[in-house]
Amino acid sequence: MSIPHNLHYAPTHEWCLANDDGSYSVGITQHAQDALGDIVFIELPKLGQKVTVKAACAVVESVKAASDIYAPVSGEVVAINENLSQSPESINSAPYASWFFKIAPSHPAEVNDLLDSAAYASSIGE
Amino acid sequence: MAPKPALTIFNSTHKNLDAKMIDFGGWDMPIHYGSQLSEHLHTRVDASLFDVSHMAVVDCFGSEVVDFLDLLLANNIHKLASPGRGFYTCMLNDSGGIIDDLIVYRLADRYRLVINASTAVDDLLWMRQLAAKFNHLEIVPRRADLEGCLAPEVLLAVQGPNALLALSAAFPALATECKELNYFHGKFLNTALGNIFLARTGYTGEDGFEISVPSEQGLALWSCLMTQYHTLMPAGLGARDTLRIEAGYNLYGQDMNHDTSPLDCGLAWTVDLKSARNFIGKHALLKRGQVSEFLGLVLLDKGILRSHQKVFTPMGDGEISSGTYSPSIEKSIGLAQLPMGQVLGSTVQVKIRDQLLNAVLVKPQFVRRGHILV
Repeated sequence: MSIPHNLHYAPTHEWCLANDDGSYSVGITQHAQDALGDIVFIELPKLGQKVTVKAACAVVESVKAASDIYAPVSGEVVAINENLSQSPESINSAPYASWFFKIAPSHPAEVNDLLDSAAYASSIGE
Repeated sequence: MAPKPALTIFNSTHKNLDAKMIDFGGWDMPIHYGSQLSEHLHTRVDASLFDVSHMAVVDCFGSEVVDFLDLLLANNIHKLASPGRGFYTCMLNDSGGIIDDLIVYRLADRYRLVINASTAVDDLLWMRQLAAKFNHLEIVPRRADLEGCLAPEVLLAVQGPNALLALSAAFPALATECKELNYFHGKFLNTALGNIFLARTGYTGEDGFEISVPSEQGLALWSCLMTQYHTLMPAGLGARDTLRIEAGYNLYGQDMNHDTSPLDCGLAWTVDLKSARNFIGKHALLKRGQVSEFLGLVLLDKGILRSHQKVFTPMGDGEISSGTYSPSIEKSIGLAQLPMGQVLGSTVQVKIRDQLLNAVLVKPQFVRRGHILV
């Protein structure tokens, strides 16, 4: 399974993309969606919500179970993907195109604590 | 370290089909073969094949078998008036709690019980303890790992509106016998795969059959069904769970356990309190009476009902015992134990994380035979 090289990864299976405007888009990895199974519901944070690194800030639910999404960096939620709430199954079909929310980081250096694609691949045994 | 999960004889069949495997009550079982949702929906419109060999068949023989089952089971074994009939019931402990739920069939030379996977060892201990009071009784489990097993068998379920078509395709010579087998009836049939036990029952709310065959014929039965009925699809325990919640069927260990009275989890209909017979747990049930209602919930707001979520009603608080996203209804549904006096159709609140969401109370049956009931 290919793991995109341009993303940062949390050990809790979120991916994090640095946008040109300085914000970070957050989603879940191929490995995470595969483990969850058919995704049927997401609960997004609120616009303007302050999030803290490694704290739960969203929920993804498959037919099987609910799982927390942890903020990969601290900051403020500056965008949420309402379209994804309407079609959560696209997280299964295109996990790396399915961003949940964007964070304007309060401590941009936190991104350096995340894993690169190679480290994430080895953390999931690939 | 957890003990190694047990394997059914179909384990490599599942893995060859790329199933995602999970530990289910100590058994390494397929949760799905790619998509739980499509397996669920396929079962509602066509037919699916489930490996249920983690469940255990137990045969009881002997001249005292009726007296034994009269004590062991909460429903009245005398209701099975002729061979071939079966019913669903519970075995209870002295406090009236459920040791297990099961189906029992009366057959020409025996009574056949089908019990749950994770409870099978304890069930047998309980049964043998009671059997010690009888002289003319023989208990023979058919799951290979169980003590005293003879002639092991494995179980497959074919479920869905086209289950009969699938069976008829696999056993053309027996098509009429399959068709004429009534719901909750079972019989042995002679086939090219040997003597198979066919029962018209299931855990999905659709028409269906549970088939038990000698273990050495299990793989042949699987491939016979899959090749003779082309649109039969294997389905995993994930779909089995969402199908049974839609059907409103209880799951042992989730909607009930050894502390739960059948009266409080919607199983009063499986208990015979009318006749003079004296089964284990009867006194406790009569003394305690019913203290909870078992009802269905349909979530009106956005979210997913899950077990252990708290339910707030005007009559007091209750708890969800099973909850899921319903693939057929495309809403979230749940089963809950609630204080007495609830009004069907009224709105209650469910606590999901930090929110209170609205749900409507319904009868605990959401989908039957392809029809949405709520």
